[in-house]
Amino acid sequence: MQKIGVLIEAANGAVKQTSLGVVTAAREQGGELYALVPDGRAAEYQRDLEAYGVSRIVNITSMQGAMDWHPVLWARAILAAMQHFEVKTLLGLASAQGRELLPRMAAALEAPLAMDCVGLDLANHSAEKPLFSGKTIGTLRLCGTHFLFGLRPRVFDALPQPCTSQLIPFQADVQASRFSVKGIQRQRENTLDLSEAEIIISGGRPMQNRENFEILQACADVLGAAVGASRVAVDAGWVPHAMQVGQTGTTVNPKLYIACGISGSIQHFAGMKTSQVIVAINTDPEAPMVQGCDYAIIGDLFEIVPILTRQIKAIHKPDVEVGKP
Amino acid sequence: MQIYVCVKHVPDSAARVTVVDDLWIDENITFLLNPYDENAVEAAVRIAEKQPDTQVVAITVGRAAAVGTLKSALAMGADRAILVQSDQPADSLQTARVLAAAILADGAPDLIFAGRMAIDSEGYQTHFRLAAALDLPVATNVTTLDMQNGVLTAECEFEAGGRMICEMPLPCVVGAGKGLNEPRYPTFRQIVKARKKEIRQINAAQLQLEVPAARVELTKLRPVVENRRGEILAGTPEVAVARLIRRLRERDRVI
Repeated sequence: MQKIGVLIEAANGAVKQTSLGVVTAAREQGGELYALVPDGRAAEYQRDLEAYGVSRIVNITSMQGAMDWHPVLWARAILAAMQHFEVKTLLGLASAQGRELLPRMAAALEAPLAMDCVGLDLANHSAEKPLFSGKTIGTLRLCGTHFLFGLRPRVFDALPQPCTSQLIPFQADVQASRFSVKGIQRQRENTLDLSEAEIIISGGRPMQNRENFEILQACADVLGAAVGASRVAVDAGWVPHAMQVGQTGTTVNPKLYIACGISGSIQHFAGMKTSQVIVAINTDPEAPMVQGCDYAIIGDLFEIVPILTRQIKAIHKPDVEVGKP
Repeated sequence: MQIYVCVKHVPDSAARVTVVDDLWIDENITFLLNPYDENAVEAAVRIAEKQPDTQVVAITVGRAAAVGTLKSALAMGADRAILVQSDQPADSLQTARVLAAAILADGAPDLIFAGRMAIDSEGYQTHFRLAAALDLPVATNVTTLDMQNGVLTAECEFEAGGRMICEMPLPCVVGAGKGLNEPRYPTFRQIVKARKKEIRQINAAQLQLEVPAARVELTKLRPVVENRRGEILAGTPEVAVARLIRRLRERDRVI
């Protein structure tokens, strides 16, 4: 049975749902699963991982103990663990962390890496991934001695399969003399990366300024969603680049994408076309986003979005008087 | 200082992509300089403008038409360019190896820029492989950078808008992110001036490289077919929104 390593990502003391999705994908491909936990906090994640069928959990630390985020040290330590446990296939996420770690590891091993996979076939060392600005899907076959895959977040659902597990400590003797991390600035606590959000509501040109994004944020709050933006809004300086959805922003894969006042350029679509459901709120019925969505409301977002917020809030609080449906 | 900028000749994302023989795309479409590589070229040129005795060399691996992308880089201010000609599509393992050999054959790099990813292959990995081949440190998705006394300090955009600040001694490799700068639009004068700049063409075979044992093969390509409903929900705003919510909850079950 081939050994499959799964690179575990966590946030706020728990394994990310998207990471459990990778675990599920690995389980379904068969093989002996090894969860590789590079932050040294595997004890905190053991119950989460057991619930999803992981029986071998490798807790990776350096000789000094648990490592703070450091892409070079982490990549080297994970590689050392892979070598020790003879794991030659590794699955991770095509997330911000994954994009720092997986290519470093693939480069050190001179091994093939498929990033942003939307389909997986480990028996044939192959994967499907978008190519050419999301307009095509290519099947890549990886050839070599080691095989690395970065899965697009949320393509693979997390499905429980309870089991018992053992925690296996692994201490890596790693250094990084030519790359030092001087500091990490995080945004608000509990902010999910757009690439991992389940629901996203985005604004485009009609937003006109930063303050108007509060209207989208209010809707996001009742939906449990993240707020995104088109390139226009970012280039105009209304919102930071981290909120940009699209080819030169973030690629997202939510179950629901609500595009408000976004015309739908190819570059924008490239970043969100795999969304399960797309809703367009736009005054222009000819806009590409309206042509390419599942549902559209032709109207002014400043009128429509507050109504949406209010109606959804009413559903969550059915005893509150709303108005006719 | 010697700065190399690795650039790629890619299909314009607005171009129509037609799949041929389930494996290739019809290349009779507009190709251009990869957007993230524009940020890379801009970063290199800005450093050269501030530091005397700095040369910026744009380099690409590709077919003859890739000269067009080198000309764009030269118009933006690169001093000269190198085309390593190869008609075969190459994966990132091969490309990185070729770039490393071509750079070393040309000169001693102090700094190497590349875009963090190419919009056609979206592999996010070539600059890492290049750094490993040259045994240099590498940072990616760099959105600000500063150089003092042979040390490069970079801010790398991270998850959910966070930033990681890192330091690397020169020589090193930088994967440019979109926020790094606003790439200049060359003036007509700069485009004309660029015509006189050297573009050296070498053949990949001249570098006499072993083909890497590991590789990635594209075995199939298929177009993505969109078949979304496109249902316009009619009625007053209140009615249309109510209809939308009902569909999202009952039909699609996404809220």
